[in-house]
Amino acid sequence: MKCNRLVDAGRRQFLRGSLVGAAGAAAATVLPSAPAEARGVGLAMLSYPSNRLANIADLKVDEPMDVAYPDADSPGVLLKLGTKVDGGVGPEGDIVAFSVLCPHKGFTMSYNAGDKTLNCPGHFSRFDVEKGGQQVWGHATQNLPQFALRVDDKGDIHAEGVDDLIYGRLSNVLA
Amino acid sequence: MAYKRNVDRLPIIPADARVHNVTCHYCIVGCGYKAYTWPLKKQGTTDANWIGTDLSKQQDALTEAWYAPSMYNVVKQDGQDVHLVIKPDMDCTVNGGLGSIRGARMAENRRSDITGSQQQRLTDPLVWRYGTWQPTSWDDALDLVARVTARVIEQDNENDLYVSMFDHGGSAGGYENTWGTGKLYFGAMKVKNCRIHNRPAYNSEVHSTRDMGVDELNYSYSDYQVADTIVLAGTNPMECQTNLFLNHMVKGMQNGAKVVIVDPRRTVTVDSCEQVAGAENVLHLAITTGSDLALFNTLFTYIADQGWVDADFIAKSTFQGEVAVPEDAAHPAALGSYEAARAACKMSLAEGAAITGLTEAQIIQAAEWIARPKDDGSRRKTVTGYEKGIIWGNDNYRTIGALVNIGLITGNIGREGGGTCRLGGHQEGYFRPSDAHVGRPAPYLDQLLIAGGGKVHHIWANDHYKTTLNANAFKRVYNARTNMVKEAMDARAGATREELVDAIAGAIAAGGLFSVCVDVIHSQIGQAAHVILPAVESGEMNLTSMNGERRLRLVEKYMDGPGSALPDCLIAARMANHLERVLREEGRDAYADQFKGFDWQTEEDAFMDGYNSANPEVSYDRLRAAGNDGVQEPVKGYEGDKLVGTPRLYEDGVFTRHGREDGKALFCLGGWRGLQAPGKEQQKASHAFLINNGRANMNWQNWFLDQKNDFVMDRFPVPFIQINPDDMAGLGIKAGDMVEVYNDVGATQALAYPEPTARRGETFMIFGAPNGAQGNIVNAGTNELILPNYKHTWANIRKISDATPASARISFKSWEVEL
Repeated sequence: MKCNRLVDAGRRQFLRGSLVGAAGAAAATVLPSAPAEARGVGLAMLSYPSNRLANIADLKVDEPMDVAYPDADSPGVLLKLGTKVDGGVGPEGDIVAFSVLCPHKGFTMSYNAGDKTLNCPGHFSRFDVEKGGQQVWGHATQNLPQFALRVDDKGDIHAEGVDDLIYGRLSNVLA
Repeated sequence: MAYKRNVDRLPIIPADARVHNVTCHYCIVGCGYKAYTWPLKKQGTTDANWIGTDLSKQQDALTEAWYAPSMYNVVKQDGQDVHLVIKPDMDCTVNGGLGSIRGARMAENRRSDITGSQQQRLTDPLVWRYGTWQPTSWDDALDLVARVTARVIEQDNENDLYVSMFDHGGSAGGYENTWGTGKLYFGAMKVKNCRIHNRPAYNSEVHSTRDMGVDELNYSYSDYQVADTIVLAGTNPMECQTNLFLNHMVKGMQNGAKVVIVDPRRTVTVDSCEQVAGAENVLHLAITTGSDLALFNTLFTYIADQGWVDADFIAKSTFQGEVAVPEDAAHPAALGSYEAARAACKMSLAEGAAITGLTEAQIIQAAEWIARPKDDGSRRKTVTGYEKGIIWGNDNYRTIGALVNIGLITGNIGREGGGTCRLGGHQEGYFRPSDAHVGRPAPYLDQLLIAGGGKVHHIWANDHYKTTLNANAFKRVYNARTNMVKEAMDARAGATREELVDAIAGAIAAGGLFSVCVDVIHSQIGQAAHVILPAVESGEMNLTSMNGERRLRLVEKYMDGPGSALPDCLIAARMANHLERVLREEGRDAYADQFKGFDWQTEEDAFMDGYNSANPEVSYDRLRAAGNDGVQEPVKGYEGDKLVGTPRLYEDGVFTRHGREDGKALFCLGGWRGLQAPGKEQQKASHAFLINNGRANMNWQNWFLDQKNDFVMDRFPVPFIQINPDDMAGLGIKAGDMVEVYNDVGATQALAYPEPTARRGETFMIFGAPNGAQGNIVNAGTNELILPNYKHTWANIRKISDATPASARISFKSWEVEL
């Protein structure tokens, strides 16, 4: 895939290296175990793990942090946008997190700090992280799945749900 | 916050699900999909499922083992609720598993009583009774239609019956349904006053290429993959033929093709080509709007002067002499030989540059990429696609002819890597008796209606209110004339059928219009109708259509239609049955006999009666076996259990579309003559903004289903108009503000969307919206042969409202990807 100029400049962490760090974050989570006969059947929007992604002190404006949620194989991005947005958390209401797998065909997207969008190298779809992941233009038939966040009194940011189906899995929480 | 479905898991397709062939029914590309259905109370498991993949793991990009919530629904099949998944077919050569933002929502846009989707679909016939529409039976509704229609038609004069009927494939069109309506109106009757779904007359959109002998769909999509140069003139395939672009044009660019794009606007296609091919291999000719003909004639002249022509091809396959067809009322330019075209179309680089606003260097660059032979002397393979930018643009006949001229002199028609083709809107699926009686130029139906013409109007999936030109005037008059009939019907509540028909006839005699609307939803023009008849769509019936490379496929019926809705072909048949019965009751036996031959019980009966009669090799069973790759028309035979098709037309160098026995292609002798359609120059002179208009990726077609699709309506609650930010500042407009766009013929509304690449004074508005019809401000002036020129509309803009809450929350960012 073509790299974002900002990635080339080394100004941020996003998409650099592997998901090892994210896997570490997810490892603290106890994933729910379902009986075999219930696979893929469970109630919707109820069985999400609560995973610590980072502390607000770890975040800098427009420096995206690799995360993963609900498990290590579902890459995402944690962003501090610098201005309050609908659905943002933290003291400034500007922290959001999204899946980075394009819901069209599953390519890993890159963050463009210039206009705060996630962009797909596969077929050029793009999503607005200031507008709840709305597809600005593209081929996906859904907006970008956003991770529901909670900030505790220590400033730890926890992911606790996803509002649409993540590419590549027929259940956000894998059986 | 953006719309989310809050669906975080989907039922798994079981291994024993039923599988159906589906061709997407939206755009002309016709991507292959598979529809899977299975009983409601079961599903597959993560380790035992339709694809044999371990679904307990995250799947990779481009996987076959995933589907989106938009690809899922619960529908009725043979009366039972079943799960439905419609997902892209990885094995289809058209799309290779890619899904567009339109087709990948087919399942979600099916009607469902379980999930509540598309409850707007019509379920039963409706008649105007007691001051509103009342549901009724087919027999009751069709009896009224037949009795009123029979009052206004005579055996030798059906000119008071006006008909608007789709001629396309896909959706609810297709060979079955065009034959049904065609046999009724052009077989049993000889209706002259008629029109097609997207234009106000019954005519071709591409008369000139056909008159030149060149069918407008002459290549195979694979030609894009092996071309040296791709020319895109007045077309925006990344948005409007998405997977033709992604699965074929992109591969061509990856194989080294250069791209020439002719468009006054920087479209998403331009950006995507630059991303794929590199900006140095993309030449965007941002011409002065409407100057395409001048550009093409300048290119033609320059290429000819350089000698970059295929002399052998011209000698063997094109007309030798001077003029073969003179210019007349049916031919807006003469047609003839190469040398005659050189004389008629001659335009210097300096003239061409002045008219188009390009530099001479840009025009030379384009000519070199299109035609200059390679260093080894071999021909450059150049494929050309064109669409509404010139079809619904200036001087339709001559402009398309001029583009085909370039294809002919460079020997790029009927050759691998070549072709000069329209890209198309819908799929095709036209099989009807001759329309010769309609005449050419064809009657301008919408203007005739405005002028008081017609007594009964049958409408088959047309919505003039959203998609015609001069639409403000049309709606005003149409509402008034149909209201006269409604008032007459209301005044006779409780009357017998005979008394009611007398009352309707009285209102018609006073200038009223009786309107019958056949559609899948209660359309905007349907609000004016007196009888509304519910039709089914592709997938709710078996339906055959062909795509932009003439690829014929059968969409297999995978679900029931809503309520008592019927295929259009069977509605036409039942209408014919009732007309025959009523005419016989009235003692008009000879006329009644003309309506025999409509005893079809299924859509397959209509297919066999129509298409199969001329193509005896083609049957439903054989098409089913041919799957999503189908067969490219014309079908030449059936060998080894397979239909044998024709990947590319004219490979023998014999051109036939004009019907000339000599098989020679003709050149178009059409010189430049400015903005051709009446009223355009005056409108341009007296208004501030060009209101360029067209389709977009998501808001394609006319929202007929998407007006009830939350994902679509969340993105653009009202139609957008893209305006240069400096122009917005000058008008005191902010992003999302509602603006009124108004001129000498009407007004409409749109949401202001800042677009930095828009040239000052040149806007782009989305076409065909239900809540802001762009056609309201398009004047009635058409090109010769009644081809509308939507693209050349000028108007003023003023703010009428701050952004609504729905409009304020949308994204106003650039559509161009930033990687």
